[in-house]
Amino acid sequence: MKKDIIEILEKDSRKTAAEIAVMLGKSEQEVAVAIAEMEADNIICGYTTLINWEKIYKDGGFVTALIEVKVTPQRDLGFDKIAERIYNFDKVKSVYLMSGAYDLTVIMEGKNLLEISKFISAKLSTLDSVLSTATHFVLKKYKEHGIILNAENKNDERMIVSP
Amino acid sequence: MTEIKDLIATHIQNIPYSGIRKFFDVANEIEGVISLGVGEPDFETPWAIRERGIYTLEKCRTVYTSNAGLLELREEISRYLKRKNNLDYNPKGQVLVTVGASEGIDLALRAVINPGDEVLIPEPSYVSYKPCIIMAGGIPIVITTKVENEFRLTAEEILEKLTDKTKALILPYPNNPTGAIMEKKDLEKIADVLKDRDIVIISDEIYSELTYGGIKHTSIAEIDSMYNKTIVLNGFSKSYAMTGWRLGYAAGPKELIAAMTKIHQYIIMCAPTISQYSAIEALRCCDDDVSKMRKEYDARRRVMLNGFRKMGLECFEALGAFYLFPCIKSTGLSSDEFCERLLYEAKVAVVPGTALGECGEGFIRCSYAYSIEAIQKALQKIEAFIKKYRKE
Repeated sequence: MKKDIIEILEKDSRKTAAEIAVMLGKSEQEVAVAIAEMEADNIICGYTTLINWEKIYKDGGFVTALIEVKVTPQRDLGFDKIAERIYNFDKVKSVYLMSGAYDLTVIMEGKNLLEISKFISAKLSTLDSVLSTATHFVLKKYKEHGIILNAENKNDERMIVSP
Repeated sequence: MTEIKDLIATHIQNIPYSGIRKFFDVANEIEGVISLGVGEPDFETPWAIRERGIYTLEKCRTVYTSNAGLLELREEISRYLKRKNNLDYNPKGQVLVTVGASEGIDLALRAVINPGDEVLIPEPSYVSYKPCIIMAGGIPIVITTKVENEFRLTAEEILEKLTDKTKALILPYPNNPTGAIMEKKDLEKIADVLKDRDIVIISDEIYSELTYGGIKHTSIAEIDSMYNKTIVLNGFSKSYAMTGWRLGYAAGPKELIAAMTKIHQYIIMCAPTISQYSAIEALRCCDDDVSKMRKEYDARRRVMLNGFRKMGLECFEALGAFYLFPCIKSTGLSSDEFCERLLYEAKVAVVPGTALGECGEGFIRCSYAYSIEAIQKALQKIEAFIKKYRKE
């Protein structure tokens, strides 16, 4: 049941336990307990809103960067310690350990290029284990978390009544 | 001079227009209608299928295919029926690709009916069976299924209507409009009364992918004694949200499929080529899309059922297709009155049960091929409407 619940919440985190209960044919109590358990277990790590910032900052003032970071793993700690040093910065939105040509993907948001490059040169590159960085700025976001950001509102093309 | 309308063949003149079509004409005139009246999915055809369609156009594969359909597609259909229902059909000779399952209904009936032959149809059911039987020269014999049996067809009901003239039985499960299904145990019971008869079972399984409550669809052809009597009709419209692609198929004994192919080759030539190529993609890569849609329908089904029961409308828990069939007798209105007034007064379109068989009186067909938000909105309006009539 937990998997069914998170599939619903992943699509719409505003669905209440009562609504989910009806959708799955369970009691509200069962669903509420399952959600609470998943929150406690860090399966559900938070509830956020997917925002198309481009519409808010039409004239600029919002930049997303993807930074490839090469690091030296530390004995006994691997990459976790250095990842922690990076993800604790508020500006950093996501950090992933990668296979392939570099080690960490760091996604961060800032007001402008300058702010981001200042952060990289002052905070990120200066960390002991960081060997090099390569920064890519996002020009346009098409789809995020499975949702097309500028989807046109589609009319229901179906006939009103059909057999 | 005779008037032009009098030149129309008498048996065609005598066939009425579908009740759904009449209702559509009315509903279409009113602005801002919320509809639960549609018999097709609201999902988009999965992108992989559409992408294959585009590629097919780019490659200019826009010529006829063989009459029976692309062999590659027939092979995929054969594999699909094996995988889903453990049915063995030879793609060369036992599978025919049709223009929707609708064409399959027509072909199957025309292939087996001699003038005066009787064909059994459980009702309420899809609007086409009766006219297609008549147009093929047969006599439709209606079996009224009952809400107390959850609209499943029983052996006793068949026995009551079987005569020496009975040539075929149409078996439309999962059912439009009731949402009823036939489980293996139900099918075995009717197989018992049919196995020693010379009868063809035309099993319309277009909603086969849409069963709920952990019940997998069973085809009557899976029962040994029925395999050689059954034409399985299915298609891509409901399971893959491909209604407008007009693609279906028939599988069955090679003699019957050959007869159907003969009719098909003269009247249709072949099913649309672009759709055929796209359907190969559907069968190869889209099982996940189908289960996602099924899961979503299931949630909506529960939301709608819960809504009807809360407002005090009796409704059996349908486990198939994407329809619920609540009873509206408690409002004191007939199905037609209910639907017409609901449309004018609450601007919600649902289909009167009577449009799908006279025995649908007292019921309405509500489709849940809509978003949960739309369903909830419609339910609120229906609830307010019902309250008003109960008071009056």
